Amino acid sequence: MRSWIEFILNGEPQRLEHVDPTQTVLRYLREHKGLVGTKEGCAEGDCGACTAVIADLHEGAVRYRAVNTCIQFLAMLDGKALITIEGVKGEDDLHPVQRAMVENDGSQCGFCTPGFVMSLYAGYREGIGTSRRDIDDLLAGNLCRCTGYRPIAAAAEAAFRARPNDNAEADDAELKEGLSKLAERPGAHVESDDRHFIAPATADELADVVERFPDATLVAGATDVGLFVTKQGRRLDVVVHLANVRELNAIEENADGVRLGAGVTYEAAQPIIERLYPDIGELIRRIGGRQVRAVGTIGGNIANGSPIGDMPPVLIAVGATITLRRGAEGRTILLEDYYIEYGRQDRRAGEFIESIFVPAPGPGSEFRCYKLSKRFDQDISAVCGAFAMTFADEGGTRVVRDARIAFGGMAGTPMRAADCETFLEGRPWSQETIDGAVEILDQCYAPITDWRASAEYRRRAAANLLRKCFLETSSPARFRLAGTREMADHGR
Amino acid sequence: MDGNVPAPSSTIGTSHLHDSAQKQVCGEAVYIDDILEPAGTLHVHIGQSEHAHARIRRLDLAPVLAHRGVVDVLSAADIPGRNEISCSHAGDEPVLADDTVHYHGQPIFVVVAETLDAAREAARLAIVEYEPLEPILTIDDAMARESFLTPPRKIRRGDPEGALSRSPHRVQGRIEIGGQEHFYLESHISLAVPREDRDLLVYSSTQNPSDVQNLCARVMDVPDHAISVEVRRMGGGFGGKETQGAIFAAIACLAAGKTGRPAKLRLDRDDDMRISGKRHDFVIDYDAGFDDTGRILGISFEQKLRCGYAADLSGSIADRGIFHADNAYYLENVAITSYRCRTHTASNIAFRGFGVPQGAMGIERALLDIAHHLGRDPVEVRRANFYGPGRDVTHYGQRISNFIVPAIVDELIDDADYEHRRREIAAFNEANPVFKRGMALTPVMMGISFTRINLNQAGALVHVYKDGSIALNHGGTEMGQGLFVKVAQIVANEFDVDLGRVRVTATTTEKVPNTSPTASSSGSDMNGMAARDATRKIKRRLVAFAAEAYGVAEDRVRFIRDTVHIGDDVVPFESLVNEAYMARVPLSATGFYATPRIHFDNDAFWGRPFLYFCYGAAISEVIVDSLTGEYRVERVDILHDVGRSLNPAIDIGQIEGGFIQGMGWLTTEELWHDDSGRLRTHAPSTYKIPVASDRPTVMNVRLADNFEFRGDTPYWSKAVGEPPLILSISVHQALIEAVTAARGDGGPAALDAPATPERVLMAIGAKDMRREARKGKSARDSMSSA
Repeated sequence: MRSWIEFILNGEPQRLEHVDPTQTVLRYLREHKGLVGTKEGCAEGDCGACTAVIADLHEGAVRYRAVNTCIQFLAMLDGKALITIEGVKGEDDLHPVQRAMVENDGSQCGFCTPGFVMSLYAGYREGIGTSRRDIDDLLAGNLCRCTGYRPIAAAAEAAFRARPNDNAEADDAELKEGLSKLAERPGAHVESDDRHFIAPATADELADVVERFPDATLVAGATDVGLFVTKQGRRLDVVVHLANVRELNAIEENADGVRLGAGVTYEAAQPIIERLYPDIGELIRRIGGRQVRAVGTIGGNIANGSPIGDMPPVLIAVGATITLRRGAEGRTILLEDYYIEYGRQDRRAGEFIESIFVPAPGPGSEFRCYKLSKRFDQDISAVCGAFAMTFADEGGTRVVRDARIAFGGMAGTPMRAADCETFLEGRPWSQETIDGAVEILDQCYAPITDWRASAEYRRRAAANLLRKCFLETSSPARFRLAGTREMADHGR
Repeated sequence: MDGNVPAPSSTIGTSHLHDSAQKQVCGEAVYIDDILEPAGTLHVHIGQSEHAHARIRRLDLAPVLAHRGVVDVLSAADIPGRNEISCSHAGDEPVLADDTVHYHGQPIFVVVAETLDAAREAARLAIVEYEPLEPILTIDDAMARESFLTPPRKIRRGDPEGALSRSPHRVQGRIEIGGQEHFYLESHISLAVPREDRDLLVYSSTQNPSDVQNLCARVMDVPDHAISVEVRRMGGGFGGKETQGAIFAAIACLAAGKTGRPAKLRLDRDDDMRISGKRHDFVIDYDAGFDDTGRILGISFEQKLRCGYAADLSGSIADRGIFHADNAYYLENVAITSYRCRTHTASNIAFRGFGVPQGAMGIERALLDIAHHLGRDPVEVRRANFYGPGRDVTHYGQRISNFIVPAIVDELIDDADYEHRRREIAAFNEANPVFKRGMALTPVMMGISFTRINLNQAGALVHVYKDGSIALNHGGTEMGQGLFVKVAQIVANEFDVDLGRVRVTATTTEKVPNTSPTASSSGSDMNGMAARDATRKIKRRLVAFAAEAYGVAEDRVRFIRDTVHIGDDVVPFESLVNEAYMARVPLSATGFYATPRIHFDNDAFWGRPFLYFCYGAAISEVIVDSLTGEYRVERVDILHDVGRSLNPAIDIGQIEGGFIQGMGWLTTEELWHDDSGRLRTHAPSTYKIPVASDRPTVMNVRLADNFEFRGDTPYWSKAVGEPPLILSISVHQALIEAVTAARGDGGPAALDAPATPERVLMAIGAKDMRREARKGKSARDSMSSA
């Protein structure tokens, strides 16, 4: 393995040999490079003040994505280019997104502004559209406390409208050439004071590393692990980075479903899963901001075992399985069996999640999932409910043939509502059945009260989500205030 | 040359960019953490209390000191001067807790280390043994235990009891209103740099440099002149940096003073949210008697606010709640009792609005109940209660003038098509079992001036250099509100020169002393007037010089577009300046302003505390999902009074931003303490301010035409910082209306704030969904379909 990392910072190649495995990109920029335009607002990936743009090669083209530098580890930049606010302005002129921000009064105190400019820059380069939905989604990972967002959204719209079809910029070719030099290389292993950052390039290398360092912290996007460092002050001595492992990034689709490598990001998985289950697509859109989804992974959301992660309940409901690997051995289990109890998962020493299989919906099935939180965008669920229903026509009556219902936020782990499922199976899909089912559902869970919601709200909302699922699957009307099933006359 | 009419070619009344806009979008605007650290700078971390109320039995910091990289560890005993940081000199707010802690998160000790990481790691090694004491955490606890900062304050006018008992109608109710975290994007930060003697230069993210100077001097036991405080800009303040900067500046001073090295204290977001105070949460009980038109005959309020463990500005904030218990309505017979609850939580502090929004929430809630009680449009009830001829003296004795609220409301109702939409909403609600809409109009009337009279003064310093460039300094601080550009416009206008000539420099106690906080929305009024005073002094000297040098009468010297017309001669501004310099004319002046004609007898709670009032109104419409409690704000229309705007773009930015901030306060922003008094929503992952998608689907903001206002303000402009926030009450009331429609049982729904989806759903109550579903079956076809 290589004993160094290389990346491009605002056009300048950088090569580092000794890297603290948990040094964050933000602190590297501010404390070592004097690039203080990028700000720390929260150090947990929720405010976007630290946003910078990562460029890498994707299918032969340069791809630009905003990330939260406060929870990205420096060594994760290996093979990529980082563009900070200092790298956006041209020789003399402001970049169009900067100019639009100025002209639309998009800054007041200005502390969040560099982060917003970077999100806008990524959106400009990516070709993000000018609809309200597109712009809201682009900005969901950036908090502003002064403007109320209208001027910033107006700046985005103005800049994107004026964007030429070919939005190539002067240094693109150079950047592409620089990135191609860094592509397709062996894994990296850098050390500092006997602390290690290891980025294997293949699953075999990874299996080997995880066996050698069974206590290593596996990290893909660091959207969770980053907080171990910035918030909990934990010292991680061996960090194994999964994002460059080829097999873990693989996506295989066939008639039975889709297999996602455990390192596939939310962003990459979203369009694929959305085709199978539109609601899961929308749910993924509501995880974090774009900065989080660009690097955070479905595998990570599953592996960390949180009872309020959004992917586990929906994937349990659709019957997903995961494949774990240790050395050369692999085993495949139902995702629901992975969660033993709060804080404990069925992952043995030296094991890692290799892939997730999401089965395609069967004939006669309907899937719905709902996320309830204080805020629509970039919030963590108070309750997340998923309903995978299969119906059969029995003499003109729509009857439930199979029900798989799972909730997050209702127990110490993501959990199915087994009694409620049993009750529903074989019964007509009717108001009367639902009235009975919500009473059973209520007995399936004993939720807690915390800062996200009270137990009472969780119970009542869970019951109402089942009712909503019934309404949505038995009427053409729309019953939501957000997402692809949002009410049409709601005018957004 | 005096008078309030700006020059015809003027920079006044037109939109100019925020002075730092270009720098901000390039990441080149310098905040305190961006200042190149002097060599040897140390980093500071605060060790905090793990209990809400406890005696410290043992504090062993030896393991902290022994940690690698730690230079020093400080506790209360290391403070050379007074261990006291109360801005109100109440003697109840130590820099570092001594023998007792009074809230979870209270600073106890300070680690000074070579790196921030070392300081944070070492802090965990402290051995602190507590003897837990019983905490008083909530308003209810404090009321039951009569735990008050000061005795309850009772204000009354007329005969409220008699009026209430004689009223044909009466409503009573209670509303609980949560607090709010400021969530400025730049957390608190201070950098203290030792200078000659024991002097310290302190870079502090503060709205109040003079107070930071004075309090740091007291803590360090040095005269004020030994401490200089500088701030170029803050990454947001919102009142959160009116007093709270001082403790962090003092801690940086202690570290720098003890070690002789520069020391920086930059708070992690979670620490900032745990240590520093918030907007006061209130519980308001109201009892209103009224006639058939909804006009209030008598009303009483009990306002209970959670002040936290120390006084800070809670007294003034509670008073503001009393002042603005009327919002925009004449209360002939009124009794207000204000309970200032002392609790074992962080000391609550100033926050944009300063008690006014909470006070207004009480009367607006009562008026909504009255309207529902009578089955009338709440707008009609509000109109019946506005101030007007013969009903124009407030319950604290101030006669209202320039009261344009009725006109604003009429115009807004037309603009926003209120009547038509109200009918549409009723029809929509009738047809929809799941979704309900609600709409509400609320006005604002907010008095402008500090209610502590001595604070109503400002100073400025203007230099004209030989090349004709101008340096402007004043006591106001820039936190994003556009103060610097507004004051620069005033200076540019007085000389009638291009705005680009005027450079506003960092606020520093070395240039303008004894300043008041940039607060109470008064920044541009007071500093603008002081800067104008300084500018006019220089201008008078230039006029006198030009008249004499060119042999013309003074009234033939006029400043026009970067030139000076002197008789028939036209000379560039900089030429005249240079000639004046050569003739030894002083080109620098200080300016001063003391707000005139305000007075207040605090004991009698009577007088004229405000120079003038700001007015406005908003109509908000929401849609609620009655199954989940989720909602969207679909449309907001605002018409707001800023007198004659100095800078419309800046003013509209303040209105929109203030409104959305208020909307967050009343909707998604929830402060949640656990049973032990620990704040559990102490980061953006758990504390949810609005994001882009929360902004209203449609938002129309207009400035009201107000040509009648004549106040001692720059060119008859008005303040803008706080009043628009109060308009967000319309969102809360729209939610109440929607929830009321969802309940369908008559009376207006009880809905406290913040109206999270949870509160909304619980306020809707356990609906009979079977009935709703049957009712909705036929209606479903009329709903939007896929």
